[in-house]
Amino acid sequence: MLILNCPYCGVDAEETELAAGGEAHLKRYGPGSSDDEFHDYLFMRENPKGVHFERWRHVNGCGKWFHAARCTQTLEVFGTYSAQTTEPPQKIKDAITTKRPGWSWRELS
Amino acid sequence: MSEPISALNHTSYEGIAKVEECGLQGMITLRGDLSDKVLAKAVKDATGQKVPGQREVLVSGDTGVCWMSTDELLILVPYAEVGAKLAAMTNALSGIHALAVNVSDARAVFRITGPCAREVLGKVAPVDLSSEAFQPGQIRRSRLAQVAGAFWMDDAETFRVVCFRSAADYVFKLLKAAAQSGSEVGVY
Repeated sequence: MLILNCPYCGVDAEETELAAGGEAHLKRYGPGSSDDEFHDYLFMRENPKGVHFERWRHVNGCGKWFHAARCTQTLEVFGTYSAQTTEPPQKIKDAITTKRPGWSWRELS
Repeated sequence: MSEPISALNHTSYEGIAKVEECGLQGMITLRGDLSDKVLAKAVKDATGQKVPGQREVLVSGDTGVCWMSTDELLILVPYAEVGAKLAAMTNALSGIHALAVNVSDARAVFRITGPCAREVLGKVAPVDLSSEAFQPGQIRRSRLAQVAGAFWMDDAETFRVVCFRSAADYVFKLLKAAAQSGSEVGVY
């Protein structure tokens, strides 16, 4: 059972209160982009064994979207953070580095 | 004009705790910037309360205000006054980016009373309801088995539960089953 702390209402919400929103920090390629960029944006997703960044929504709660950094292998949660950001805050990255030295995810590390 | 009737018209059940439908409750959903002074004044004028902090409720009887999310409040007013309060609020909020809507008839309210009230709700919601974690003055939006619901405590043995009116029958049956006589667990 996954338990995530919602950064908006401060509740430690368990998985059944949340809705998964897929991979975090996607860059949208819309009109004017190349077919390859649009294809990658639409279809190409990370499926790591280890550190992963996801979007979650506190659907049975405050209703807000937020980001979570967790390990897909151990279900360990490194932290949750605001949805109003295009990359994880340094605090989250530091927390991951402490636990998983040498981690990388897409262009992040 | 026909007479408004609440979802279950005060149906009640008494087991390890008393579960009753509270009847009509005026409710206004208010969305906007909660740090805005104009909004704070509108809340004060409608309920006499300040803007609550995170997960805080300031309710006495059928008047009060509940924190629903970072940009949403639930204003409770007596059912008969909801039209006038909403008009005053809409007028007060006209200059800022905020929205107030009357949702009274979209909701149902229940009251759970008794020493085992924590247990009854604890059976149906994925929430730590121990007295260390949950106290009067706090609100929790969560789920009640399969439907969304919110609840707070009026005092140490009384919960008030809000759900959608369309799910009122489900929620009542659910709470009734959770409050069956002899079903004490003894956790809280």
